[in-house]
Amino acid sequence: MSKRLMIGNEAVARGLYEAGVKVVSSYPGTPSTEITEFVARYNEVDAEWAANEKVAMEVAIGAAISGARSFCAMKHVGLNVAADPLFTVSYTGVNGGLVIGVADDPGMHSSQNEQDSRNYANAAKVTMLEPADSTECKEYAKLAYEISEQFDTPVLLRLTTRIAHSQSIVEECDRVDVPLKEYQKDVMKYVMMPGMAKKRRLVIEDRKDKLVEYAETSGINKMEINDTKIGIITAGAPYQYAKESFPEASYLKLGMLWPLPVDLIKEFASKVEKLYVLEELDPYIENHIKAMGIEVHGKDTFSKFGEFSNVSVREAISGKKDEVTYPDYNPPMRPPVMCPGCPHRGMFYVLSKLKLVVSGDIGCYTLGAAAPLSAMDTTICMGASISAAHGISKANPELSKKTVAVIGDSTFIHSGMTGLASTAYNKGTSTVIILDNSITGMTGHQQNPTTGKTLKGEPTVAVNLEKFAEAVGYSRIKVVDPFNVEECERVIKEEISVEEPSLIIARRPCVLLKGVKYDFDVNIQKDKCRNCKMCMKIGCPAISLVNGVPQINKTLCTNCGLCKNICKFDAITL
Amino acid sequence: MSTKSIMIVGVGGQGTLLASRILGNLAIEKGYDVKVSEVHGMSQRGGSVVTYVKYGEKVHSPVICQGEADIIISFEELEALRWLPYLKKGGKLITNVQQIMPMPVIIGAAEYPRDILETLQKEEVDLVSVNALEIAESILNSKVTNVVLLGVLAKYLEFDKQDWVDAVLSTVPEKFREANEKAFLAGYEQ
Ligand SMILES: Cc1ncc(C[n+]2csc(CCOP(=O)(O)OP(=O)(O)O)c2C)c(N)n1
Repeated sequence: MSKRLMIGNEAVARGLYEAGVKVVSSYPGTPSTEITEFVARYNEVDAEWAANEKVAMEVAIGAAISGARSFCAMKHVGLNVAADPLFTVSYTGVNGGLVIGVADDPGMHSSQNEQDSRNYANAAKVTMLEPADSTECKEYAKLAYEISEQFDTPVLLRLTTRIAHSQSIVEECDRVDVPLKEYQKDVMKYVMMPGMAKKRRLVIEDRKDKLVEYAETSGINKMEINDTKIGIITAGAPYQYAKESFPEASYLKLGMLWPLPVDLIKEFASKVEKLYVLEELDPYIENHIKAMGIEVHGKDTFSKFGEFSNVSVREAISGKKDEVTYPDYNPPMRPPVMCPGCPHRGMFYVLSKLKLVVSGDIGCYTLGAAAPLSAMDTTICMGASISAAHGISKANPELSKKTVAVIGDSTFIHSGMTGLASTAYNKGTSTVIILDNSITGMTGHQQNPTTGKTLKGEPTVAVNLEKFAEAVGYSRIKVVDPFNVEECERVIKEEISVEEPSLIIARRPCVLLKGVKYDFDVNIQKDKCRNCKMCMKIGCPAISLVNGVPQINKTLCTNCGLCKNICKFDAITL
Repeated sequence: MSTKSIMIVGVGGQGTLLASRILGNLAIEKGYDVKVSEVHGMSQRGGSVVTYVKYGEKVHSPVICQGEADIIISFEELEALRWLPYLKKGGKLITNVQQIMPMPVIIGAAEYPRDILETLQKEEVDLVSVNALEIAESILNSKVTNVVLLGVLAKYLEFDKQDWVDAVLSTVPEKFREANEKAFLAGYEQ
């Protein structure tokens, strides 16, 4: 058996493999993405990228009902998209085991909001496990299938960024081949009409009682009694922070977050002098304990939001601030930016120049909201760009004349298609720009239904965006090169002025894709440069002022040549 | 042995992840408990990035907080200044002398601090600065800067040179083994 360092996500993938999982369907989203990328490396596992999280979960549900162990993964906001199937698969239960990986992002390292998926477990009455390191990631992934099949329930496997993206040591075991379970038609169990659902509702309550019993006795929730002055009830990453700062304290480490044990908590509380519950995000465990009538310190001591650390936990409990060792020189911030060579930059330069109202979306192009491009007015959730632009056009005709929606290719497939159909159907007049860079960029390069390749790298059909738009009722469809800024400007002006729904597809592959190489040698000719600083307006990290004059940093430059198209004095040459 | 805490900081895209993985693999090979905390996603797009490597008998928390790092290796000067408060008093700070302008500086909303190395020198730190980019470019290209810096770090940790080389070779893709070995040795000889 070999021992290796693995990030939590790889360890989950290993657990799925060892548990004999057959079908995995996911939609990417930081910090959950690598689970599916790693599991796709095993030939025994049929792994795929679905169009969105709802589709992914439904694929996994179908696979489980048909008898296979199956899995889907998503980030916390993805579970909002998949909440509909989640709440009802809780009623139907499973046949082969079904596990749903969900990764929360305390501190919002890469997310548009901070939400606590444990509330979903409680609301949908679905068991939830939460590991505290990579070893547990693998163990719990396997255990989740046993629980799923034993109790006839889907199981949520919750990770947070720090667990998903920290490496620790994992021991590899062999795969257990789990044969397909027999499928039997069972209308009372799998067809949720009111008559059946009312009966299944009772089954859920009964199942919960049994799961509480499991939570009390199975050992997944562990008591560590040391010094009893301080007792800490915790789970996941905060357990590690506390162990580092208070190795002598007593712990009740929870591995199962729904349902929570009752007797175990009471017993632990009775053994310690001062009881803390340490949890990131919502006071989820805390409310449960308080409802039991037990006195406990939680959000009165620790932050209600953000990510914790060894020091934040130590400072909160001890009430003393650590001494600072060095001054903080307040260095300038370094926010993420569009890469040098990014195809989105050309389009955003034009949007910025035309001072348009941009109904934005989520992807690398969201970085176009930052200065100097500053060309985005709203970003809510995936897909919202198209529908919100339609809303603007219905409500405010003046604003509508200078509004466009921008959306990436993956995001369009995820939840932009429905908005597009809805816009045409409702006689909308908005202009939508799809930024088609042939990849799901922001989450680290995943294939999607527009790219012509599967997760496993096999060639497949690709969505034809033009034909799709035509099919839902668009007759104005233009394709442009985002680096051809003159063409982009002309087409956008034309399309926003017509009283018809229109679609512009800006097509150029992501510069980080294999095979995308610009064989130029871009330079600024000093004699021709008038120092007008137009080239600075595109916000390329490879161009900065050196002694007050624009200069190209050749280590960063990709020779894409966009800056040449901006220069009015032909001072930039290829 | 008490836990060793090492931070690798830089700008997204500079290859800090690979460097932390090589070090992590070496420490596990030597029988330590190891935790490495990485950054994926948004900040990899040219933002400020940090990875933590901790090894020892038993490591709980994967993160390193202010004043806890034994060593910081920075791939960029401004990042060295940014993460300085995380260094232990008198800790070692290894920095590449490369400067990469962040967007607020490019657009004129902020100034790139002057004389960062002198500023750092005045603090109670054990400063080592090296032009790893230049060395990397003389070997292959800027992509091996990370392994040059790892070579510099290697001199200050307890592992044998050969074990380091083995860890580098077993972590990098086959095609780049030779260049990375050269890069490591060049850093080591600094
Ligand atoms: C519901 C939901 N799922 C997943 C994500 C994570 N996510 C952010 S952007 C993005 C995809 C972006 O791809 P694309 O639209 O092709 O734009 P690109 O980044 O390539 O420019 C994903 C999956 C999210 N924010 N919300």
